[in-house]
Amino acid sequence: MLPRFWRKIRYRYDLIGTRCNTCGRNYYPPRNFCPVCRRRSSIEEVQLSGYGTVLSYSIVHDTPVGLKMEKPYVVALIQLDEGPIITSQLACEPEEVHDGMRVKAVFRKYGEDGEDGIIYYGTKFIPAEEA
Amino acid sequence: MKEVFELVGIVSYGTYIPRYRIKAEDIARIWGENADVIKGGLGVLEKSVPDLDEDTATISVEAAREAVRRAGINPKNIGAIFVGSESHPYAVKPTATIVGEALDVGNDFFAADLEFACKAGTAGIQNCMAMVEAGMIKYGLAIGSDTSQGAPGDPLEYSAAAGGAAFLVGNDGVIAEIEHTCSFTSDTPDFWRREGRPYPSHGGRFTGQPAYFRHVVSAAKMLMEETGLKPEDFNYAVFHQPNGKFPVRAARMLGFSKEQIEQGLVVRYVGNTYSGSSLLGFAAILDVAKPGDRILLVSFGSGAGSDAFSITVTDAIENLNRNPGVWDKISKKVYIDYGTYAKFRRKIRMR
Repeated sequence: MLPRFWRKIRYRYDLIGTRCNTCGRNYYPPRNFCPVCRRRSSIEEVQLSGYGTVLSYSIVHDTPVGLKMEKPYVVALIQLDEGPIITSQLACEPEEVHDGMRVKAVFRKYGEDGEDGIIYYGTKFIPAEEA
Repeated sequence: MKEVFELVGIVSYGTYIPRYRIKAEDIARIWGENADVIKGGLGVLEKSVPDLDEDTATISVEAAREAVRRAGINPKNIGAIFVGSESHPYAVKPTATIVGEALDVGNDFFAADLEFACKAGTAGIQNCMAMVEAGMIKYGLAIGSDTSQGAPGDPLEYSAAAGGAAFLVGNDGVIAEIEHTCSFTSDTPDFWRREGRPYPSHGGRFTGQPAYFRHVVSAAKMLMEETGLKPEDFNYAVFHQPNGKFPVRAARMLGFSKEQIEQGLVVRYVGNTYSGSSLLGFAAILDVAKPGDRILLVSFGSGAGSDAFSITVTDAIENLNRNPGVWDKISKKVYIDYGTYAKFRRKIRMR
């Protein structure tokens, strides 16, 4: 678990995705291959703006053990302005969220491995109007 | 006047305040205290509370990202990161490394976490200044950030808040020149937290005269002596804000007016953000400062010491996007009750 998280830190802490220079498509999480251009893909890292729009969402009442304190919380399907669609926790009150809501990326805690373990950080989203 | 530093100063700054607030009334109700007496005595009406997924690292990153974004610099040019806090998420594992990674600074940078009660953030600014001055780095990032702890029922509960401010220090594109800085330090046990303990202890009234006032006033006087400046030479002054009363009294003792300190007096509505406290007030002043304005900044850290700075705003501040400002962030809030607060601050143990 430790090395697996560590390897992805760069992409979890910040929205660093990849772009295919052949077709212009952006990917997040990053891909080292463009599924459209295939052999002709030309991939490079790209810093995404962190802004996006809520396409759909769920209010989670039945949570995994580590997120018990946070329930109910919002998980949303977010289309980033650069195109990629990602699933992320949306740090706001359940009554605030709505389809089409503008959101922006923030740096938050994902969880921790108990009191003695490491703390996992990464990207979540908040309502963009708030910031 | 001895010119210690030339053309070194603040290049940009950013702040972060969590959105949740709890009112003094809600805390007083639980502990059977009179809210009006508390509010009158402490001068704190409400305080900020971090969400369950916020800590000193997340606050530091958000403040630092704002500072870097406003400056429009390449984060790879940041040569040092110092995070001052007394609530680092890890006892061993630096917050500065997390900030460096989240900002995509690369691996070529000096980093350390600092701890000096509430003044570790300003100590970081001094370190960055020295390193810029010495030519070791192009830009340094100094952050003061805390999610401070107060034991349930302790008077600290009314003030111990969360927030942070980040300052990019350099000698290129300086928006506020740091003309001079000095520190006044002594071994004074007014407030402490022993290793492994969850909540700090303090000497009650002992935190006032021999601790806060002696250090803040001495450092400010030392700075004015060394620079030949007088209170009337400053447009603004900001002092560490453990409550709403101490900074006001310190200002009066030094001969500063209410008008000089009002803009930076944020404590009444956010509480004491510890390492972020005087720096949030300083940022609130930079939000409205005009070229030529001179600012006195004096922090205080228990244990004890004060860092004093004389800072003059340059023309370049007009080109920096300073929105949203500190007072905008203070006004955006969601109130929570004591039960939610106790849960957010993990005062309730779950199985």
